[in-house]
Amino acid sequence: MAMAADDIEALILAGIPDAQVRITDLAGDGDHYAAHVTSESFRGMSRLAQQRAVYATLGERMGGELHALQLTTAVPN
Amino acid sequence: MTDTAHARIQDLVSKNEVVLFMKGTPLFPQCGFSSRAVAILERIGVAYESVDVLQDQEVRQGIKSFSDWPTIPQLYVKGEFLGGSDIMMEMYEAGELQQLLAPQAASSAG
Repeated sequence: MAMAADDIEALILAGIPDAQVRITDLAGDGDHYAAHVTSESFRGMSRLAQQRAVYATLGERMGGELHALQLTTAVPN
Repeated sequence: MTDTAHARIQDLVSKNEVVLFMKGTPLFPQCGFSSRAVAILERIGVAYESVDVLQDQEVRQGIKSFSDWPTIPQLYVKGEFLGGSDIMMEMYEAGELQQLLAPQAASSAG
């Protein structure tokens, strides 16, 4: 079970439309990704809340078909 | 079942100042993210309780709803959920985690 990088990006964008999303396939196996998500909507939120917002866009997939996602979040400069 | 799991988790995070819910053990982590979490705590030199969720299906499922967080590892300090390994790494790189765990690290060394 794995997900394509484009699918991950599409899900995040569907939930956080202004997000800039950078996905890296860490192992080249379509199963271990890093996502860096930047969004104005994160401003004023704790890191925990920012990551929760991203996880929310991925729903049940997180920890399931998408089991290895390294996640970092940021507010635009 | 979830209620029992939540009660057990609450008990664990109340009785231990620093608790890491992880896959595997600190000596033999079973996942790269858990391994990274262990490495950060070892580097800081803080004593912590680890819970291997692979050995406990009840906690493995229960911790996700308890914390409202979908992945493992998860770090608790003084009963409060801090985050997963990515947040731990960001906090470590910013020097925040060392600062937060300084009291516990000091008592571990003593």
